[in-house]
Amino acid sequence: MTESSLHPAAAPSAEAMPSSGWRRFVADWASDQTSFKGVSWGKAMMWVFLLSDTFVFGCFLVAYMTARMSTTVPWPNPSEVFALEIGGTEVPLILIAIMTFVLISSSGTMALAVHYGYLRDRRKAGRLMLVTALFGACFVGMQAFEWTKLIREGVRPWANPWGAPQFGSTFFMITGFHGTHVTMGVIFLLVLARKVLRGDYETGRRGFFTSRRGRYEAIEIMGLYWHFVDLVWVFIFAFFYLW
Amino acid sequence: MADTTAHAEVGAPAAAPGHADTPHHPVKLYLAVWGWLFVLSACSYLVDYIGLHGWLRWTLIVLFMLLKAGLIVAIFMHMAWERLTLIYAILLPPLLVMVFVGIMASEANYTLLTRVLYYGGGN
Repeated sequence: MTESSLHPAAAPSAEAMPSSGWRRFVADWASDQTSFKGVSWGKAMMWVFLLSDTFVFGCFLVAYMTARMSTTVPWPNPSEVFALEIGGTEVPLILIAIMTFVLISSSGTMALAVHYGYLRDRRKAGRLMLVTALFGACFVGMQAFEWTKLIREGVRPWANPWGAPQFGSTFFMITGFHGTHVTMGVIFLLVLARKVLRGDYETGRRGFFTSRRGRYEAIEIMGLYWHFVDLVWVFIFAFFYLW
Repeated sequence: MADTTAHAEVGAPAAAPGHADTPHHPVKLYLAVWGWLFVLSACSYLVDYIGLHGWLRWTLIVLFMLLKAGLIVAIFMHMAWERLTLIYAILLPPLLVMVFVGIMASEANYTLLTRVLYYGGGN
């Protein structure tokens, strides 16, 4: 209690748990406690899923690193491969830069959607989720454009016109898997936005598939997934396109 | 006993005022992070656009990448306000992947060496 009064932010929780991190850490694991006390199952399970997804993306990136390091054939220069001609001049990597800004913006609108979800402002939260879905669809559209362009130029999972054939296989595998995640996220967002805007979390309407009542926390859990997709792109952008 | 408390917590509305694990932050914070992510991405892009090379290039790329990843995980994904238990459970395992990266880097170097030795760098 003394500690609570020292930290006004933690005061109203009125938990018996110590408020300092390490004490909580020990208490969480001690004497038959639930290890993630206070973290709902939905959120904990999303984190566990994202951790497993991290390993999958991690394996893809490690495979790419191994292929690129061990080939004796020159690796294509991504800066030139992904350049676009704008007004007669080749701008390096411009499409990827735009895609990055679109995805970051979608993360921004998602963070605001989660914020308004907490405040139970279902109109703002729902609309921001729709904007997020729109940015996501935009990203996938640009990726489709990028794939089309490269396929026309002769890039295949087993070959490309500029050198090491592994470039093609790692490119399609990594960006394809990421694009699939974005697509799933857009569908997930649209389904959830409909529920939020319809007011399902206020009326306690049961879900069509699960026949359970949803809660506003679903927006935060959805947000974790969406930010993760943006997070993975940060690494792909650095290792595949800039490196 | 532990069960009932857990259920009570889960059942509680997510936006209950004053709930310690439900951070309320001003919109300004999210907008600031959004802005920083834009700036850092622009910096990453500039590294390529300007055409930096060598150690400076790799250092800057990794630095901007880690800063961006940190901001997303800490603020957007609310990790900064999660329980320490969850933070460690999620952040430590990916760090261990670095061991795997090290093993595969050494393996890749060996493969390259054998290719150069036996194929003369032709394949």
